[in-house]
Amino acid sequence: MKKVSVSFTLNGDLVTAEVPPNWTLLKTLREYFELTGAKEGCGVGECGACTVIIDGDAINSCIYPILEVEGKSVTTIEGVASKDGTLHPLQKAFLENNGVQCGFCTSGMIMSSKALLDHNPDPTEDEIRASIAGNLCRCTGYVQIVESIEKAAEMIKQEK
Amino acid sequence: MNDFEYLMPTTTNEAISLHESYGEGAKYIAGGTDVIVKIKEGKISPQYLISLRHLHGFDHIIYENGELRIGAMVTHRMLELSPIIRKEFPILTDAVENIGSVQIRNVATIGGNIANAVPSADGAIPLITLSAEVRVIGPKGERIIALEDFFIGPEKTILKSGEILLEFLIPKLPPHTGAAYWKHTRRAAMELPILGVAVLISLDDDMQTCTQARIGLGVVAPTPMRAKNAEAILKGNKVDGEILEKAGKAAAQECKARDSIRGKAWYRRDMVELFVQRMAIVAMERAR
Repeated sequence: MKKVSVSFTLNGDLVTAEVPPNWTLLKTLREYFELTGAKEGCGVGECGACTVIIDGDAINSCIYPILEVEGKSVTTIEGVASKDGTLHPLQKAFLENNGVQCGFCTSGMIMSSKALLDHNPDPTEDEIRASIAGNLCRCTGYVQIVESIEKAAEMIKQEK
Repeated sequence: MNDFEYLMPTTTNEAISLHESYGEGAKYIAGGTDVIVKIKEGKISPQYLISLRHLHGFDHIIYENGELRIGAMVTHRMLELSPIIRKEFPILTDAVENIGSVQIRNVATIGGNIANAVPSADGAIPLITLSAEVRVIGPKGERIIALEDFFIGPEKTILKSGEILLEFLIPKLPPHTGAAYWKHTRRAAMELPILGVAVLISLDDDMQTCTQARIGLGVVAPTPMRAKNAEAILKGNKVDGEILEKAGKAAAQECKARDSIRGKAWYRRDMVELFVQRMAIVAMERAR
């Protein structure tokens, strides 16, 4: 199949991909850019393992047509820490509060909660739970995940 | 996924002429949360996807002189977060805040939800209850259709080949009107409804007599339906527990609930009876 060219901002850098037009954003991230942090779980927008942020909003990259990314800004788990390697408060909080078990859902959980905290720095527990309703954790470690997000919100507040 | 070309027209004319030139091989795509999934599952295999995301001017929410206009490309998230909808049409907030996940709501459009016409479409029931019309454009020009007449079967609508949804038109509500929607599910999120019940009630100046009622039911018939017998029972009467019970029973009787994987027919009828009453109470609270 002939390839198409699509240019967008990926974790702060302008990039161009040459991929077939029927590729999704997830496939492009994993197979063209070799960024394998976003995972393919269900592949149909139910499990949230593929969650990335486009222009501030969390989306399922496994059902997002690559051509719709043209000109947009995409953030993946690989772009959450600072360029010098300093972890984002969410990443620290997940590590310190057992927010990670097998780790498969973790990048999606962090992207969904980052989109939440970027819009709403002081969420209630209900708002946190609603924000990750589309992220399934088959280890069922939800309590620790919610606590990690609460701790991250506190850390962000203290930094300011 | 099968091979396809992905086209991104910027005007409705361009989109329609692309659809006409590719005929059966073409499919419109908006947010894509249904279309891409259907392609992945092999249920459809279009050769040309025609994206509607780059058409200008169909992502508006305009509230003017009591009338509401919602562009077909408005996402569920935009509706959920709209202060004017939460204030003036909370029945729509009831529906959209429980559709899918944040990730889905950020992308999925109200036009797509309606055009796909699955019996479980949560967007349709409140819009029908609000007497919404939909403006569409196609190869033969524009037309306006009452949303109630839009659905003709599961995943079937009266849209003709090449037609595109442009916007939903919701007329001004009478004074002292309230409306509410209940999506009945087993769990709190990421669910398709076992059934959906929407009730709109307008009250007289005495705040007790019902001057108009509209009741929309979802998943209990091949298409979204109105419970007109139940509406007739409420209209002109003082709304009390007794009359609500009668209306609930009438709605349960006139729905065409069937057994399915998500619920048995008898259970659905029982829940229609119950939630018509409960949503009527919420609607009246909102009317006052």
